[in-house]
Amino acid sequence: MKKLTLKVTAVEHLSPLVKRFRFEDPTGASLPVFSGGAHLTVEMPEGDTIRRNSYSLISDPYDGSGYEIAVRREDKGRGGSLYMHTKVSEGDDITVSLPSNLFQLDLRAKKHVLIGGGIGITPFLSQLRQLDMEQKPYELHYAARSREEAAGIKLLPQAAHIHVHISEEGSRMDLGAILDGQPLGTHVYTCGPDGLITAVADQTARLGWPKAAVHSEAFTAPPPGEPFDVVVKSSGKTVHVKADQSLLEALEAAKVDIDYSCRGGGCGRCQTKVTACDGRILHNDHWLSEDERAAQKDIMPCMSRFKGTRLELDL
Amino acid sequence: MPKTEFSPSIDSRPTYSGLVSQGAAPAIMVADEAGAQALTDLAASDASVMDHAHVVLVGCGAAALGDVKPVALHEAPDFDAATPLVTQLLNTARMGTQIYLAGSEGLIGHVSALAFAAGMPVDEIQMEHRGSIARRMQCVHCKGITEDVTTDPFTCAHCGLTLFVRDHFSRRLGVFQGVCVDAETPGVVPETVEIQA
Ligand code: FES
Repeated sequence: MKKLTLKVTAVEHLSPLVKRFRFEDPTGASLPVFSGGAHLTVEMPEGDTIRRNSYSLISDPYDGSGYEIAVRREDKGRGGSLYMHTKVSEGDDITVSLPSNLFQLDLRAKKHVLIGGGIGITPFLSQLRQLDMEQKPYELHYAARSREEAAGIKLLPQAAHIHVHISEEGSRMDLGAILDGQPLGTHVYTCGPDGLITAVADQTARLGWPKAAVHSEAFTAPPPGEPFDVVVKSSGKTVHVKADQSLLEALEAAKVDIDYSCRGGGCGRCQTKVTACDGRILHNDHWLSEDERAAQKDIMPCMSRFKGTRLELDL
Repeated sequence: MPKTEFSPSIDSRPTYSGLVSQGAAPAIMVADEAGAQALTDLAASDASVMDHAHVVLVGCGAAALGDVKPVALHEAPDFDAATPLVTQLLNTARMGTQIYLAGSEGLIGHVSALAFAAGMPVDEIQMEHRGSIARRMQCVHCKGITEDVTTDPFTCAHCGLTLFVRDHFSRRLGVFQGVCVDAETPGVVPETVEIQA
């Protein structure tokens, strides 16, 4: 996977829990442009492990002068976001992947409705610049608990088609009112908590929207959990997965060759066959179907964990 | 006339699985005379499907619908007359509107292209073939469209080339593609046959 080594040129608090980071090429060269909704993977080396988390790009997709991301501090996470919040400052070097996009706009749409909950606002920040540039009609709805937590407010332009719903102020987002009566050819995009994504899926199904017009992105950083062991079939080697490490990270640290892209359970790239499983796979991805989960024949190592006595992977 | 069964072909060739009621949702229905029968069959399977339906009949009168009573009924003598009407209905429709098309390949192709342009995914459009299996063909050379093609090969009504009837279909334009049959060997043209279902 091609990597870029960039300089951190700005770090700013957007809210008590969310920081914005700006990365630029150290020689001032122009970076590859991207498309709205793209993300990049940031490397966070600590001791003998390299943690990698994916974050949506929030800057202008057509502006190659720098990449910007927003990171919410997750105190109960594996430490990736804490690393970003406590160890990364202006002037540091940082290694990132090239941007890739699992949450593109469908440009055949006549109109776009963007719905972001909490930190799920991030992919829309680049999308709305693309929509402005292409002069496509859209409306954006951003829901947050409190104004203080609503990190996105600072980054959103003031416009009639941008709606902020702060539940603490009694302005709850009413999905029925937002979605009912949208013109034919509208596509909706949701990013945020699973509950929000499900609510939008339910509402659009009730209103008879075609499935192809309903898009969502749910990928999140992998959760920590109890440590466990995994056996690599080809070598017979046992790899230990620490509490604050993902299975993918542990395999990488053990120099096992494994493919990935999103590192958030949304792209399918890391899908791996399970050759022996005595116990229960804790599926945390958004990729496998219910049936595949129940079968315990496949695992997404970027997100999922294991509880039991033996897990062997076809690697 | 019953629903037409077509022989299996390449993926590009549209298939028409038949109209299935999506209940009392807002709907736009377009049919020709043979297709009107599919709408009456649809209403017989679920009367509520007509509660919010706008029906456009092309080339036939209201009598073709029997006693089925949609919310609004429009008649147009041909495609050209129907196009502004259907476009207007599509442009003012909201998400959740169901689209039902019934009749010839030409009618389905023409209207599904309008619906696609209005942002409707083609595989969400309900389609049932009834009546003539004549095709709407586009000449890939001059881009002209010849309606009601029933033989293979046929002569392009615009540039006069002899065209082979392909199963390749443009969803954007709602037409099958016709390709010059004697480009390599001018004048050597296979025998003309009737198009089969
Ligand atoms: S890397 Fe994308 S699903 Fe695992």
